[in-house]
Amino acid sequence: MTDSLQSNEPPKLNSVGEFFAQALAIEVEATERYSLLADQMEVHNNKEIAAIFRKMALIEAEHRNEIARRAGDALVAGRPASFSWTGPDGPEAIDCEGVHYLMTPRRALTLARFNEERAVKYFEAIAAAAINPQIATFAAEMAADERNHVIWVDQWLDQLAPDEAGWDDDPDPPVHSE
Amino acid sequence: MMKSPSEASLSIVLTGSGGAGVMTAGQILLDAATNCGLYGFMTRSTGPQIRGGEAAAMIRLSSKPVQSPGDRFDILLALDFENLQRFADELPLDTASLIIADPAAGEMPGFLKNTGAAIGLVPMSKLAKGVKGGRIAMVALGILARLIGLPEAAIIAAVAASIGRKKPEALVASEAAVLLGANAAPDVTIPKLPLPAEPKQGRWSITGNEATGFGALKGGVKFVAGYPITPATEILEWMAHALPQCGGVLVQAEDELASINMIMGASYGGAPSLTATAGPGLSLMIESLGLAVASEIPVLIVDVMRSGPSTGIATKSEQSDLNIAVYGLHGDAPHIVTAPLSVGDCLLTAQWSVHLAETLQTPVVMLSDQSLGQARVVIDKPEDVAFATKRLVFEATPASYERYAATESGVSAMAIPGLPGGQYTADGLTHNARGTPSSQAKDHVGQLDKRQRKLDAFDFGAHWAEIDGEGELAVLTWGSTSEPLREAVAAARAGGIKVKLIAMRLIAPTQPARLAAALEGVKRVLVIEQNHTGQFWRYLRAHYDLPNEVIPIHCPGPLPIRPGEAFAHIQEGARA
Amino acid sequence: MNMIPNAAKAFIPADYKSAVKPVWCPGCGDHSVLISFQRALAELALPPEQVAIISGIGCSSRIPAYTNCYGFHGVHGRSLALASGLKVARPDLTVLVASGDGDGFSIGGNHFLHACRRNIDLTYVVMDNRIYGMTKGQPSPTTEPDWDTAIAPGGTGLSPFHPLVIALASGANFIARGFSGDIGGCAKLIVDAVRTPGFSFVQILSPCVTFRDDQQKSWKNLVHAAIVPETDDPSRAARRLMTDDGFNTGVLYRGHRKPYQPIPLAHSAPSHLESEFAI
Repeated sequence: MTDSLQSNEPPKLNSVGEFFAQALAIEVEATERYSLLADQMEVHNNKEIAAIFRKMALIEAEHRNEIARRAGDALVAGRPASFSWTGPDGPEAIDCEGVHYLMTPRRALTLARFNEERAVKYFEAIAAAAINPQIATFAAEMAADERNHVIWVDQWLDQLAPDEAGWDDDPDPPVHSE
Repeated sequence: MMKSPSEASLSIVLTGSGGAGVMTAGQILLDAATNCGLYGFMTRSTGPQIRGGEAAAMIRLSSKPVQSPGDRFDILLALDFENLQRFADELPLDTASLIIADPAAGEMPGFLKNTGAAIGLVPMSKLAKGVKGGRIAMVALGILARLIGLPEAAIIAAVAASIGRKKPEALVASEAAVLLGANAAPDVTIPKLPLPAEPKQGRWSITGNEATGFGALKGGVKFVAGYPITPATEILEWMAHALPQCGGVLVQAEDELASINMIMGASYGGAPSLTATAGPGLSLMIESLGLAVASEIPVLIVDVMRSGPSTGIATKSEQSDLNIAVYGLHGDAPHIVTAPLSVGDCLLTAQWSVHLAETLQTPVVMLSDQSLGQARVVIDKPEDVAFATKRLVFEATPASYERYAATESGVSAMAIPGLPGGQYTADGLTHNARGTPSSQAKDHVGQLDKRQRKLDAFDFGAHWAEIDGEGELAVLTWGSTSEPLREAVAAARAGGIKVKLIAMRLIAPTQPARLAAALEGVKRVLVIEQNHTGQFWRYLRAHYDLPNEVIPIHCPGPLPIRPGEAFAHIQEGARA
Repeated sequence: MNMIPNAAKAFIPADYKSAVKPVWCPGCGDHSVLISFQRALAELALPPEQVAIISGIGCSSRIPAYTNCYGFHGVHGRSLALASGLKVARPDLTVLVASGDGDGFSIGGNHFLHACRRNIDLTYVVMDNRIYGMTKGQPSPTTEPDWDTAIAPGGTGLSPFHPLVIALASGANFIARGFSGDIGGCAKLIVDAVRTPGFSFVQILSPCVTFRDDQQKSWKNLVHAAIVPETDDPSRAARRLMTDDGFNTGVLYRGHRKPYQPIPLAHSAPSHLESEFAI
């Protein structure tokens, strides 16, 4: 997986509120993205991977709740406020390269791990660049959270056997539906 | 339940999803059975996903050729139950059926349990995992082979032929998985089909779309233009590789309007031409079809009908384009409409359709459908039929050439570009015998008469219909319903009912004298077709004299018409 | 990440998603384009009921059902005609059109020319994967000449055309290109396209994971922001687009044409016309 599309600069954050809005948006996007991947896998009858992505979605949702709790009053109206949905993607855009309807648990978790690592780097960059010490602290906490996610995914990966050759072998050709 | 020749067949359906390889396995099973001397018929159903979706391969095997789905399945083997509900209506099972499933697949869907079929649980995925590179579909094939009495070696040989070239290492795994499956097959007695000592030589395995392409080639087609559309695309793809080997060329057009006009251009230049499409594409071509009629240019349009209207269900069959094929053109524009009567008959009908187009210098719409086009059958090699097709081409240099001369036959010689002295302008504008645009009444009427006469005066011969049997009760149908009806009629006769079968291959122009002769002595006729509004029945009522008692039976897609339902109608029709 | 002053957003992307789960293959670029649509609409703060998404036939054309906006999944190649009629009758709506390279440039080619020329205020997004995916893999007008398929063994031998050049020549007022993998970037282009009056054409390179993975997985390394800023000079744009490598992203042309929107002269009751017949 490559990171050619990720913006290399951390965003400019002018207040703690903006920071939390950003962090929350990241978790919301992550939750949604994993849910979408789970849906795709379900539609394509790969139940095992659908379950893995649902679990990841749940973890991100829990993290989101935790952040909202931490943010408290700093957040406006309970929703990710005042930022643009457009522009170069931050880490909330889960890199979906390597998604395949026959993907194995190992590949699914590797994808998740890659994205958690991106999140770690992202928050570390914010922490390093932050002028506001509160933002620096909160960002460092987020980075630590994401690092724990990486560890957790690694533990899961360790329990898996290596993938067999031919995991993406489907003897049936594509079919047309329209 | 129909007691019939159907009893001498075995119907198996294999279902699964997510890359399990159901379609490939179904093909392997059919190939193995074929190599052991059996005949077979295979259809498929899929979900909307392009890959990884739920799929069902339906295979009917018999000692004699079969070209129709049966009434029920003897065996359903489900690799898993994902979204199987989608196919519920297509899987008739009963207490005499056997369902093989994997306990690892979870709870069996209610609709399967409710059939009352016997259930055999085999841990297929576990067995497959026990072999390095083992696939669940191979285990399944082993089970099926054992149950139906096919030697495992036949399956293994078919696997080798299917994948051996690409992946020799997969063969070892497959062999092991097949054997594991065979040994794990439940100990249930399935009536087995006797295998001949020597498989009959010279049989074919072919789909309706391939047969259409091949028939058209035999008919002399040299140019094809087409636009991809389900379920006709395979005709274009088959012809793309076959046609150049026979002196022809194929062009992928940008849309259907381009397709029909390209083939008219090629035909105007002397090349017998064809396009293949489905309902939506035919609708787009209608205006240009009128041009082919008016300018008297031979072309063949194959419509592989699918469930309509509009985008409809692209992967399901229906006989609902009869109206547009016959009546769709504006103005008075008589032309030819044909319909193949079985998968194998697609070859003859396509070849004959080219012959008719060329001979009568007019467009032919051949109404195939998805149930023929995408089904695969094993049949005896068809008889080689020669039509001695010859387009009436202008050869001499005359005083003055009349392209649209009012000949007695109605067919006038066509000058092919390149012939000196034969120059004319083909036109959709009403024209006189020379081809010059004219608004004169005598020219308009004269040309309308000419084009009608060329169809009326022509002897379409015995191919117009397949007629079989005698009786006061007749079954009248067309196109793809003919095969299930043939089986139903056979069953009825076996039960003592005298019934005649008339399956029309020529829909337009009408053949009143021939149908009258066929209906002599018939007092009651069942008209059976697969559409919602009874298009064929209404067409017959408009153009033919029918006996007093006509019972129309029409049912739209997407479900196939089965012999048993037709048999019930025949029994009903025979009463009173 | 762009930050704008504090204002609670009226809508979030999830507001534009329907409950229908896409059947696109996992890994298909169209999944990302759907998210771009959602993000763009959220950014534009358009109520879902005021947005209509019109499509033709093909994998890309399935998108309306996956959104919570009004949608029309029409027949093959005619989405622009449908959309044109809708927008002229209902200028109050925001009308987006979604198509693929086959639907949009082959059978839809003629309508494409005239939609650009007519310059009705529409946003036309074509998800270009250089193939007919839904019918299992035939070449499209943007497919490379040597790509082997069953229907064109050895390749068509035909040069792909440049949809952006055709759009420019036909009068499109806004021309852009994006890459599906850059979700935020595509969202930005769609926002800009919608905000720009007139016919806005956005070509989004959207890889087909099932049929063209080998050739298209490198697209993410080939796409690059256009080196020169956007232009409003058609001849300059023409030169750039003609020599374009096919992977320049961003807004490539922005014109100043007034959009076509016929308006009624009056709203009288017809009865006043009787006088034309009165003797």
